[in-house]
Amino acid sequence: MEFLKEVPNIRFMALRRWWYVLSALVVAGSIALVLLRGLNLTVDFTGGIVLELGFSRPVELEDVRAALAAGGVEDFQVRTFGTASEVEVRLPPAGSGAAAEEAKLVLGSLAKVDPAVKLNRQESVGPQVSEQLGNQAALAVLMTLLLVLIYIAFRFRWRFGIGSLVASLHDPIVAVGAIALLNIPFDLNVVAALLTILGYSVNDTVVIFDRIRERFRSMRKAEPAEVIDRAINETLARTIIVSGCALSSVIFLAVLGGETLRGFAVALAIGIVIGTYSSIYVAGAIALDLGASGRDFMPPEKRGDVDDMP
Amino acid sequence: MQRYPLWKGVLLAAILVAAVLFSLPNVYGESPALQLSRRDRGSFDAASAASIRDELAKAKIPADEVYVDGDGRLWARFERVDDQLKARDLIQREHEGQYAIALTSASRAPDWLQSLGLEPMSLGLDLRGGMLLVYEVDTEGAVAQLLQRMERDFRKELRDARIQYQDVTVSGHAVRVTLKDPAQTEAARKALLAYDPQLTLATDAAVPGSLTASLSETAIKDRQSFAIQQNITALENRVNALGVAETVVQRQGQNRIAVQVPGVQDASEVVRLLGKVATLEFRLVDPVNSPMEAARTGRAPLGTKLYKQRDGTPVLLKRDVIATGEQLIDASFAPSQGEPAVSVKLDSRGGDEMLRTTRENLNRPMAVVFIEKERELVQRDGQEVAVDRSKEEVISVATIRGVFSNNFQITGLSAAEGTELAKLLRAGALAAPIIIVEQRVIGPSVGQDNIEAGTRALAIAGLFLFVFMALYYKVFGLIADIVLLTNVILTVAMLALFNAALTLPGIAGIVLTVGTAVDANILIYERIREELKVGASPWAAINAGFDKAFSAIADSNVTMVMAAGVLFLFGSGPVRGFAVTLFIGVVASMFTALIGSRALIYLIYGRRRRVERLAI
Repeated sequence: MEFLKEVPNIRFMALRRWWYVLSALVVAGSIALVLLRGLNLTVDFTGGIVLELGFSRPVELEDVRAALAAGGVEDFQVRTFGTASEVEVRLPPAGSGAAAEEAKLVLGSLAKVDPAVKLNRQESVGPQVSEQLGNQAALAVLMTLLLVLIYIAFRFRWRFGIGSLVASLHDPIVAVGAIALLNIPFDLNVVAALLTILGYSVNDTVVIFDRIRERFRSMRKAEPAEVIDRAINETLARTIIVSGCALSSVIFLAVLGGETLRGFAVALAIGIVIGTYSSIYVAGAIALDLGASGRDFMPPEKRGDVDDMP
Repeated sequence: MQRYPLWKGVLLAAILVAAVLFSLPNVYGESPALQLSRRDRGSFDAASAASIRDELAKAKIPADEVYVDGDGRLWARFERVDDQLKARDLIQREHEGQYAIALTSASRAPDWLQSLGLEPMSLGLDLRGGMLLVYEVDTEGAVAQLLQRMERDFRKELRDARIQYQDVTVSGHAVRVTLKDPAQTEAARKALLAYDPQLTLATDAAVPGSLTASLSETAIKDRQSFAIQQNITALENRVNALGVAETVVQRQGQNRIAVQVPGVQDASEVVRLLGKVATLEFRLVDPVNSPMEAARTGRAPLGTKLYKQRDGTPVLLKRDVIATGEQLIDASFAPSQGEPAVSVKLDSRGGDEMLRTTRENLNRPMAVVFIEKERELVQRDGQEVAVDRSKEEVISVATIRGVFSNNFQITGLSAAEGTELAKLLRAGALAAPIIIVEQRVIGPSVGQDNIEAGTRALAIAGLFLFVFMALYYKVFGLIADIVLLTNVILTVAMLALFNAALTLPGIAGIVLTVGTAVDANILIYERIREELKVGASPWAAINAGFDKAFSAIADSNVTMVMAAGVLFLFGSGPVRGFAVTLFIGVVASMFTALIGSRALIYLIYGRRRRVERLAI
């Protein structure tokens, strides 16, 4: 079985201006969406208390609100998640140790709605922690990006380093935009998903760059755009299969993996699609427009230079 | 014929066998269990196991197995968490106060595997359910406490030395003394150094008669880590007392302590139990009356109080307290002249009292009482009233061998006892305040659902991938399947080996590495196909495929390893879990894709005299 019997000859680079415009629009849209609509940040980043409660039967949110108010709970937000018998209650941050007391109060008040109500999950994050968690995650992501940039610049010359950096920034931004659009709760697990997207995108970009490097060495007379097109076409079969495999795995995870994994899996699926696109268009095209040419890889590096890599 | 070097093949096989062995316990999985130990420290026997079995059967709680382990503890294993909880409630009711019951999980692996010490990898709280508490230690407060105590002690020392001072104040990380008469500066310096020889005292030329004792950077650091260590010990003690297996208390970052309690708990109960306040009391042992007699009648003679030592033997102590935990500055295990010893440092008030007591009571025994107070809310006349309860225990009895004041040593113990005593003394010193900054409770059913749904989804995704690869790349696809399976086995084995807990973000890491492993194989096979298309011979195509794909695979994996390293260094919690599995997975996938898959190809095609065509 083979999807592409012959190496196709699609002129990807000829159309790159249009894709730039599209990418720019999507990135701008994502940023606008996050700024205007905001992310559905969980207590990991906002601080506060979240209680996930399981009722033995579907309940009306109005009843839940009334029972909470009657029980003396203040400043609460209520929503269902998953099924109508699962309710999430959010409360502002409480002092040290008070979270457990709050949980008791909430459970006590809701027992009037359904005596069999159960606490499935409780999270309480103080403001000191939430701020630090956010900063640390951001710092980790930025450092990773920087290191990847340096490595790719070192292995493939700076034009490609910039190309991969733009692609690596492009993907998580668009993924965050999609998360905002779909209102997926943004917690630390989603940060892990974003990191996965980043890793995936870098991997994809490196594979295509590797072929571009090889073709620049073997097709010395050809125009840079032609060389890049050729490399992308040659790796197209691999790109489709790998992305298809990854995407199908993640979709299984989203559909069958349960409520906790869903947000995470959906974020991954979006990221894979964007990552595939960006390594073809964004990374290669930017390297081209920055003036990438065969000279970047001349004189040919010694073969076997890779062998000292760990 | 193409030969594969024998030593490589043997090495590969050995690695594979080890990996399978290490990951095997995970195949059997774990089931919820109860672990019972007798409060009187006795052992269970077969008869008690049988009676527990009967009780469970009578209450219609299905137990898979009830048995006594080598240490005389009783285990009961269940299919479902609900049954485990019901059984706990039942046993608690039937045998009130007799047993310590721990909620835990037992490996379903056969005995021979368990006897090799191989355990399934541990699961994070998000997957198994449980409670996470993160405390923040007010380390700055601990330093302030120390400075305040220095200020108080300085005043006292100067008064005792009859040196008049204008003022003694804390400023920044220093205590500043201003004397009335600058001529007494030298006398004051002597007095203060007698109190603590390690003080660094500076004079200020501009202000005659002033002395400044600054805390050095190391002193501040020591104080901060003392505060954290002290709280860790205290928390460890209390967490162990919860009777839950596999609890974790660990330092997190600069000044936080994370406590993990797996399984089902009453969250507010746990918070209350961990929030106890500990202190110490130094008291003289009553040399006249018999503690056995007092324990028998339950009445302590006038002026004494009956206590128990940690091993349960009764001891009578005098009511007068010589010093308390608030006066303890430091306690550390410091062997002197080859003999284990705990050196203790008190503040000057405690030192004075100690001096008087030891002078009058040479060669008489002195004891240290460890006291834990907890505040409990009780219903009384329909009102909630706070009641303080305390647990008191004698942790040391030692004979006074000489006259001493604020610096002394406790000797005559084993090294292990000494370390333990030093820890408990620290735990009982005036505690640096802690607050809860993070608290997460995940219901065990949520955890179990997570595992079941997640595993099922991953299994189906894996199956799909396997079938697809076999269809698309035929024999080479099957090779890739075997290689991918090995990859997962290796990853799981390494996780189990390093005792890293698997969490949700960890699964993300595995998904990513399986993705890159698939990619590595596809890169190689697509290359082989290309080479075949341009007319290369099968063996030339195979070798060229591996060689040419290598640079792409190496580059992308090196990037991944670097990313994993950065995330591990800068991230925390979930991000770290992700980084660990990513790193392990990338190493495994490099190894399997480049070495394993080539070995398999040689195994299949290498023996043939001629290879006409490849099934790719």
